[in-house]
Amino acid sequence: MSEIDRFIDQPVNWLRATGPESDVVISSRLRMARNLANYPFLSRLSGEQRIAIIQEVGEAVKRSNFLKHAYFISSTELSELDRQFLLERHLVSRELFLEEGRSAVAITPDEMVSLMMIEEDHLRLQVFQSGLNLVETWRIADEIDSELEQDLDYAFDGTLGYLTACPTNVGTGIRASCMLHLPSLVLTKQVHKVLQALSKLNLAVRGLYGEGTQASGNFFQFSNQITLGQPEEEIISNLEGVIRQVITHEREAREYLKKKRKSKMEDQIWRALATLKSARIMSSSEATQLLSLVQVGIDVGVLEGQVTHTDLNQLFLLIQPAHLQKINGKELGATERDARRASRIREYFSRVIL
Amino acid sequence: MICNICGTKEATIHLTEIVNGQMAEVHICEACAEEKGTEFKTYFNFGDLLTGMPGLEAAPGASGTKTALICKDCGMNYEDFAKNGRLGCAGCYVSFQKPLATVIKQVQRSSSHVGKKPSRISKETRSVHDLRQLQEKLRKSIQEEAFEEAARLRDEIRQALAKFKKVKRPKDE
Repeated sequence: MSEIDRFIDQPVNWLRATGPESDVVISSRLRMARNLANYPFLSRLSGEQRIAIIQEVGEAVKRSNFLKHAYFISSTELSELDRQFLLERHLVSRELFLEEGRSAVAITPDEMVSLMMIEEDHLRLQVFQSGLNLVETWRIADEIDSELEQDLDYAFDGTLGYLTACPTNVGTGIRASCMLHLPSLVLTKQVHKVLQALSKLNLAVRGLYGEGTQASGNFFQFSNQITLGQPEEEIISNLEGVIRQVITHEREAREYLKKKRKSKMEDQIWRALATLKSARIMSSSEATQLLSLVQVGIDVGVLEGQVTHTDLNQLFLLIQPAHLQKINGKELGATERDARRASRIREYFSRVIL
Repeated sequence: MICNICGTKEATIHLTEIVNGQMAEVHICEACAEEKGTEFKTYFNFGDLLTGMPGLEAAPGASGTKTALICKDCGMNYEDFAKNGRLGCAGCYVSFQKPLATVIKQVQRSSSHVGKKPSRISKETRSVHDLRQLQEKLRKSIQEEAFEEAARLRDEIRQALAKFKKVKRPKDE
């Protein structure tokens, strides 16, 4: 698969850590669901209808200024490893390959936009941005959607809006989300309190975190829950408002750590670096935890000038299982992967002086 | 805190999710996390959230008569939707209108869409959509106590409704 292989050496644009508030917000994403009016939804689609939809959308993609240079990839061209690789880069979803029949995806060369065909809905458009920039993701998605609808008839109801396979997406069909890194709130054990306060605000949060030396990355995904009854701009500004509050809490917790627990925190960060510099075998989860600590190190100024968020975000991606295997050119067992991962990390941190 | 999966070891990894105003947590020990992999599947998928909702079982078939509710466009049985939370086609929204209204009320804020519309839609759909936008604007202006604006919108809605009736009446009578 030559087109996908072009991505291997390319840093992911939306992981550049250059956008607004990128010390806390890693990325913003907008996902838009659309269905074609003249076909049933996914569960009732025949094999021929799947192919017909992909073809119809393919023609619209060719005529779209935004998408005409996109790589158009059919699921039949993708090996299991390629699928995993695209999944790790967030360019496709698991659902795209869940069922037997054909599906497809169009990805812009800069990887900022991907259009999935035959996912849970006929169309799932995704737009990414670095940092907190939901407004821009909506602007781009809106523009592409307006281009595509010149050629496609969408299932739309005057009262319910855009019709989707699942009523949780009906209306605008948009789900905006941001990935946040909240290590200071986790370390100060404040995260539970903050999330609890947010739980009544019609938004969805998912987070995986841990304490002490255990596996975790302190990453949290925030997204809008409601898709019906609010205009797109309002959905986005509400979510952004909440995220700004969380950013403030995280920065306060960071200041607290800097002032009150400086020596203990520095100890943890340097220990993490020592492990990253010397380990010979490293699991995905251990790497995530240690790299998260290094991120904290950058934020509190311990590693001034030596490591950047941009590099760390890219490294984080390169040590994912499918990426290790794509770079290697062939499949690797779990043990081999852990060794390659450790060596890749050592190589990167060799420039850091302890 | 004890691991939710094995129930024996101390849990050190926490998965927190907030969906539908409910905060849910899963606590897992390191060994179980290792076994399950770092990539946790979401425990509370939006779609899965639908299944098991009170509104779903209250489908019309349950009111004594045993006739199943079936979509006249795609032939989907409402019971299938209650099981997996996915509809069969756009027509299902019409065929299952009543029970779906209950479901939508529970997962969404309102029952009508405001926001973008496609440029290629029928005149009828467009005027329904425009009317909904006006009604939403009216609701907002009342909320913000902008009563002059509200009065203007009310008149505009009246006019739009009158137009509707003109279009509809010949067919109805």
